[in-house]
Amino acid sequence: MKEQTDFNIGDTVKVHYKIIEGKTERVQVFEGLCIKRNGSGARKSFTVRKISNGVGVERIFPLYSPKIAKIEVVRFGRVRRSKLYYVRGKIGKEARIKERIPKKEKTAGGRKKK
Amino acid sequence: MLAVIGEKIGMTQMFDEAGALVPVTVVKVEDHVVIGSRNKEKNGYNALIVGTKHAKKNRVKKPVAKQFPEGIEPLKIIREFRDFERECRIGDKFGVEILKDISFVDVVGICKGKGFQGVIRRHGFKGGKSTHGSKTHREVGSTGQNTYPSRVFKNKKMPGHMGNNRVTTQNLRLVKIDPENKMLLIRGSIPGAIHNTIIVSTAKRKSRMK
Repeated sequence: MKEQTDFNIGDTVKVHYKIIEGKTERVQVFEGLCIKRNGSGARKSFTVRKISNGVGVERIFPLYSPKIAKIEVVRFGRVRRSKLYYVRGKIGKEARIKERIPKKEKTAGGRKKK
Repeated sequence: MLAVIGEKIGMTQMFDEAGALVPVTVVKVEDHVVIGSRNKEKNGYNALIVGTKHAKKNRVKKPVAKQFPEGIEPLKIIREFRDFERECRIGDKFGVEILKDISFVDVVGICKGKGFQGVIRRHGFKGGKSTHGSKTHREVGSTGQNTYPSRVFKNKKMPGHMGNNRVTTQNLRLVKIDPENKMLLIRGSIPGAIHNTIIVSTAKRKSRMK
C-alpha cells in the first residue's frame, strides 16, 4: 500500500486525480473540504465537498487509489466532529471552518508515548 | 486438474492495473504434503492424496498417526484430488505456487447454514398478496391435485432446512498469488463462513473450452 499525505477531517484538500481518456492521461484537481473519513485498512476512503456553481458537490475517493497522484492540504481546519454532515445545510459564511494552526514539531523524545 | 486446500480468511478489496477497485476473497493455503495415491489398476481411478496443516503430535491418537507413511508427520486435513496434472511422489511438498499459470478457478465449500426456511427464501416462491383481504402471505399454496394422484409428488419444493451443504462456485478469477504469505486472492465471494476449509481447483468449464 502506498503512503498517502496525512490530513484530517475539516482540512481543505486538493486531490490530484488521474483521468484516462482513451489513450491520454491527464490530472484533474478536486479542491474542497474533507467532511468524512471512512473505513479501515485497505478500504479507507474520504469524502471531499465543494461548492461548484452554487451547487454542493461531494466526491468519495478511495484513499489508496493508484489514480490519486497526490493530495495537498491547502488549509488546516479545527473541528470537533469526525463527520461534518452539518456543513451540508449551511451556505457561505455559516459553512466556514475555523483554521487550525499546526503545533510546532516537537523535538525527538519530547513527547512521551502512552 | 490442479487443486489446493485452503482456509477462507475474509474479504477485502484491491486495485488492479487499471486502477479499478476489485472485491477479493483472501484464502490461506498452508504447505501441502503428498501422502499417497490411487491408480487405475488397483483402485479404478487416478488420484492424489494430499494433506495440509500439521497436527500436534501429542494430540493425534496412534491409529490415526500410523496411517501416514513413514517420515511424514500427521496432518489435520486430508483430501483426494482426482487426475492431478502434476507428477508427485509420496513426501513431496507444494503450496500456492502450483496455481501459478491459472487465471480461473472453481471453489468448493460448505455454505453457511440458514436453518429452517420457508418456500419464499428457500425456493424463491412469489408468496401471496399482503393486503386486499388476502389471507395467504408466505404460504406454500397448493402442493398437488385431488383424488388422483391423492399424494404429493416426490421432490415437491417445500419448507425445510437450507444451507450447510456443499456448494461449488465456478469460474472465479484468480487475481493474485502470494507465495510469501501463502495467500490466494480470488475475485468475488466464495461459499462458506470465515475459517472454513475450502478447495480451490482449476476451472472445469474454462479449461474445457481451451
